[in-house]
Amino acid sequence: MELKKINDYTWEIPKHADMKVSAVIYASENLLAGVKGDKTLQQAKNVACLLGIQRKAYVMPDAHQGYGFPIGGVAAFDGKEGIISPGGVGYDINCRVRLLKTDFYEKDILEKRKLLLSEIFKEVPAGVGKGGTMRLSRKILEEVCTKGAEWAVQNGYGTKGDLLKTEENGRMKDADPSYLSPRAFERGIPQLGTLGAGNHFLEIQKVSEIFDQDVAKIFGIHSLGQIMIMIHCGSRGLGHQVASDYIRYMENKFGTKGLPDRELINAPIRSDLGSRYYKSMGAGVNFAFANRQMIAHLVRTVFNKVMGSSEGMDQVYDVCHNVAKFEQHTIDGKEKEVCIHRKGATRSFGPGRKEIPEVYRGVGQPVLIPGSMGTASYILVGTKKAEELSFGSTAHGAGRVMSRHEAIRRFRGEEIKRDLERKGIELQSTSWKGVAEEASQAYKDVDEVVRVSHLAGIGQLVAKVVPLGVMKG
Amino acid sequence: MEKYKFMHHTADAKFQAFGQTLEEAFSHAALAIASLMWDQDKIEGKLTIPIEVRGKDLQQLLVNFLEEILYLFETKGFLLGSVEDLTIHKNEGKFSLRALFIGDEYSSLYEIFGDVKAITYNEMAIKENAPFMVQVVADI
Repeated sequence: MELKKINDYTWEIPKHADMKVSAVIYASENLLAGVKGDKTLQQAKNVACLLGIQRKAYVMPDAHQGYGFPIGGVAAFDGKEGIISPGGVGYDINCRVRLLKTDFYEKDILEKRKLLLSEIFKEVPAGVGKGGTMRLSRKILEEVCTKGAEWAVQNGYGTKGDLLKTEENGRMKDADPSYLSPRAFERGIPQLGTLGAGNHFLEIQKVSEIFDQDVAKIFGIHSLGQIMIMIHCGSRGLGHQVASDYIRYMENKFGTKGLPDRELINAPIRSDLGSRYYKSMGAGVNFAFANRQMIAHLVRTVFNKVMGSSEGMDQVYDVCHNVAKFEQHTIDGKEKEVCIHRKGATRSFGPGRKEIPEVYRGVGQPVLIPGSMGTASYILVGTKKAEELSFGSTAHGAGRVMSRHEAIRRFRGEEIKRDLERKGIELQSTSWKGVAEEASQAYKDVDEVVRVSHLAGIGQLVAKVVPLGVMKG
Repeated sequence: MEKYKFMHHTADAKFQAFGQTLEEAFSHAALAIASLMWDQDKIEGKLTIPIEVRGKDLQQLLVNFLEEILYLFETKGFLLGSVEDLTIHKNEGKFSLRALFIGDEYSSLYEIFGDVKAITYNEMAIKENAPFMVQVVADI
């Protein structure tokens, strides 16, 4: 496949064969070598062939092979004539990251961090094999899926201030749980308020580097050594079931002929099925919003108990990684409504966009990029330029380079824990094997991913945080 | 013949499951999925759950069948240990499958080490003659 170099961090697959637009990849030479080793580029090319795709298909610096769409893929489809695809959102709808700031410092928690972590581990259920602390009725779950984080705040989990600093204010307005299957409800009921396993985690971090003092201050990040809390989880089984259901409904209605990959199944955005998927996906997004809202509240409760206070533990932001949304973008000089699919990508809006919280509107939105277990994570700020370059999107994490199976074969959870302890990082997990799967060596270098984002101009560095304690689901 | 083997896939779990019959290959695929979350050989066979799924073609049948494991685990805490009496029928171009899932309910005796989010169609392949083979990528 021909790959044209645009600059040191931008590459293009020119439009050819059935492609309706070209595909652009943001990567360094080093990261590019990685994606050439799997099916990322072919998958980006497949996306560029879909009906109604606008401008270009984009691939973020942390991209790797997904199913249908690549992970780290961004595509916008005409809001009237285009398509919507569950494979373009992913199974873990609204898998995302929330960051809380604190006014504690490393020295304040040094002696208590083991206790903090073990209390968090007790309070926040991983929820694998055993559900959360509550059993909901279907009626309540419908409310959760309609109101999202608002439901959680109304029920005593967190504050209205949290909602203002959550993407979509914690609620997708078009969500409609009446389109969910009974199975989606059944899978959702035991899992609300749970973290989940796999790559999901909760970290106690400290700020280790500040790149942009002014922006950092606006985000609530004021000093080195300041303690932060990062929560990474998604919509759990409810969201997974929505994706599986709608892939099946769309296959049954439209068939799979002519699709280069069955996971690219889609529906016209204005069709009944397309609209039902969008509203069901919204319900999944809201479930995830509520879930993270509850977990954040539980973390504050633990800080109250162990540290005597949770004062100043304000939310920095909560960003989506797997989602489809209607947004206005300039295409060929004209404002146009498009349905953006971000699969393993973070929205990265710059200053001025009405979608971002008022307090951040002068500088751009916070972009939260978690690293792999035990490595650094980053806080970036969205840019105006990103709107032109990637429909206002950037990377979402480190991105895997090694299969989980290979990781289990090569690493041992107990050794990883000892290594982390030597670096001063506490680890709590339900499973050693689960820890081995998430070994940092199985991931790309997150430092390189954010460097490329910064230099390509799609998300700029604000601060770096490193873990002091990790809870892996 | 080995029951299943895992292959290289960056993000997800890709495997091939084998059998002298298509039914056997499907049964072994179920064990491969279970092996991503718990050690299926250690699960006591205290419970038997009859399952029945349909599909408009074999691939959809396989996805729907393997999704049953996730559904039963997440909603009933059921851990699959083995599969028995699996039969596949074709009727007017559509497929149906029946089987018995043997296993146990989750308790702290068992270690859950992974989470399978979904069964995907990505790189799915079904070899419909002996030795039978199904290839699946699970989203984990």
